[in-house]
Amino acid sequence: MDVVVCLRRVPFTQEVDLEIDKGQRQILAENLAFVLNDWDNYALEEAISLKERTKGTVTAITVGTEEDEEVLRRALAMGADTAIRIDSEGLTLDPRNIARLLARVIRGLRFHLILTGAQSDDLNEGCVGAMLAEELGLPHASVVNKIELGEDVLEIKVELEGGIEEISTIKLPCLLTIQTGINEPRYVSVMGIRKAAKKELKVVTIEELSLDKEALVPDVYVERLFYPPETGGAEILEGDPHIVAEKILRILRERGVIS
Amino acid sequence: MKGTILTIAEHRQNSLREVTFELLALAHELGKAQGLESVCLLLEGEEQSLEGELKGWCERVLVLKAKGLEVFNQEIWQAVILKVMGDRRPFMVLFSHTPWGMDLAPSLSVSSGYPLATDCVSVVIRDGTPLATRQIYGGKLFAEVSLRPSGTYLISLRPGSMRVENPFGLVTQIESLMGIEIPQKTKKVFKEFVDTGAGEIDISQAPFLISIGRGIGEREKLEEIKELAERMGALISCSRPIVDKNWLPKYHQVGTSGKTVKPKVYMALGISGAFQHVAGIKGSPTVIAVNKDKKAPIFRVAQYGVVEDLFKIVGALKETLGG
Ligand SMILES: Cc1cc2nc3c(=O)[nH]c(=O)nc-3n(C[C@H](O)[C@H](O)[C@H](O)COP(=O)(O)OP(=O)(O)OC[C@H]3O[C@@H](n4cnc5c(N)ncnc54)[C@H](O)[C@@H]3O)c2cc1C
Ligand SMILES: Nc1ncnc2c1ncn2[C@@H]1O[C@H](COP(=O)(O)O)[C@@H](O)[C@H]1O
Repeated sequence: MDVVVCLRRVPFTQEVDLEIDKGQRQILAENLAFVLNDWDNYALEEAISLKERTKGTVTAITVGTEEDEEVLRRALAMGADTAIRIDSEGLTLDPRNIARLLARVIRGLRFHLILTGAQSDDLNEGCVGAMLAEELGLPHASVVNKIELGEDVLEIKVELEGGIEEISTIKLPCLLTIQTGINEPRYVSVMGIRKAAKKELKVVTIEELSLDKEALVPDVYVERLFYPPETGGAEILEGDPHIVAEKILRILRERGVIS
Repeated sequence: MKGTILTIAEHRQNSLREVTFELLALAHELGKAQGLESVCLLLEGEEQSLEGELKGWCERVLVLKAKGLEVFNQEIWQAVILKVMGDRRPFMVLFSHTPWGMDLAPSLSVSSGYPLATDCVSVVIRDGTPLATRQIYGGKLFAEVSLRPSGTYLISLRPGSMRVENPFGLVTQIESLMGIEIPQKTKKVFKEFVDTGAGEIDISQAPFLISIGRGIGEREKLEEIKELAERMGALISCSRPIVDKNWLPKYHQVGTSGKTVKPKVYMALGISGAFQHVAGIKGSPTVIAVNKDKKAPIFRVAQYGVVEDLFKIVGALKETLGG
């Protein structure tokens, strides 16, 4: 089975104070570390393990800058055969335009299955996958946490709320958005990634896709970013850990959960 | 003709999902301010009659009853909604940002050409166009977004964003939709629902939960927390990454895709506070959060916060208890 997997590089934002830049529409990204979107790591592992089971191929693809190639190198190190970067050329692209660009390239590839993450950890839009499927006229399912292979169909589990899951079949070719926990992503060593640096990585420009930059009008436009309102925040328990522990125990006793 | 806000009702196993009423609350709020009619679209099976539950919540329910509509199917839903949008040209269509809504709204946006903002937590209308607020970077920042000018705008709402209490006392007209073709053959075919929630322990009934998140770092650290929980008589629950890594079985997970809990005290250790997680602890009167990151969104829902390495607090609690 030939699988295409869409990857996104996202900033790691824990334990950092995010700063909004002067234009108010972006964050200052200079001092942030970047990682592969968690959901995409699971999608990538799923793609590679499907390839291994069926003797197929994996193509990893991202829309982004030269720095974003890092996630493609990781994919190559994990076992992807081909990597493609669509150059975002400094444009801020909304999900619809990302889907548009991905569709242009993927249309020309040989594939049976496309995998994306269920959502990206930075902007939480959760929509590029289903948009891409529609651009390509493919059936799709979102938030998938199990895939079993059949004859030109897949049996899948879609994760719903409250521990309920939906079992369905879906015809190939199709697109699935992958939920975390579907597998255990393999470990990739720094050495592995370094070695993969020698593998070929294809770069495609917007012009080569016969698209006009001007035509990439966003459907969603960020007017401004702002810090969350400080409403009803927690009472912070201060002091060294032992003092804090005493305070916590007092609260627990007051609430009657310990004696 | 009066403009409309069209809400797509979501139901499962013969009951309307709570989020449907949240959508109707938003439609009502916007509709009242803008003079728009709140219309709910209900696609249901031949044997179903969920429309009764919608009385008082909106001005009109459009009901399409047919075989095959008992269970959500994106291909069918999309075809029907496209037709209804074409006929009625609503000003806005509201979807839920749930697994089903995530499957439906984005592809509908592409096939209809109408712009979509997903996972919004609030919406206002300014100068005739919607402005939506979204939470990004795990809730550390908010973004106000506008949509490309269009006759119809699509919005998906994050569950838990609107308070739902009683119906609004609206006079609700029920209108049956006729003459809409339903695709008979779909590429995706539903087989069954399965419940994966049950397990050896039931965290949903526990009075005291010590809940761990990705912040514990390593599997081995689980033992330290287990010891503490045992000494305090608490049960252990967790956020999703802990289950994803197979460190604890699924029935420990709190949140939208796990369990809803209502302990007297919920102690969250190394949990950032993503909405899918905190949706599961709304019923807990006392949340104590320990997190190294003072900006972690969990502190916005907790009553007490500790900005510290969780293992220092766990160690100190043990020493004090052993004391
Ligand atoms: C459809 C869908 C359904 C989902 N359902 C659920 C669900 O039911 N339940 C759920 O939990 N999630 C769910 N999620 C995932 C959710 O979006 C988050 O990814 C998840 O809740 C994050 O878990 P976390 O807080 O443990 O990890 P992170 O977000 O990684 O947070 C870890 C936190 O630990 C802190 N930390 C790190 N080290 C320490 C230390 N030594 N001491 C103190 N603090 C430390 C960090 O500052 C950080 O805030 C769902 C997602 C999707 C798309
Ligand atoms: N720039 C991008 N390049 C490639 N794939 C992307 C990009 N952005 C998003 N995706 C894919 O779409 C999924 C959902 O992202 P989003 O809709 O932004 O939440 C991600 O998990 C990726 O698989």
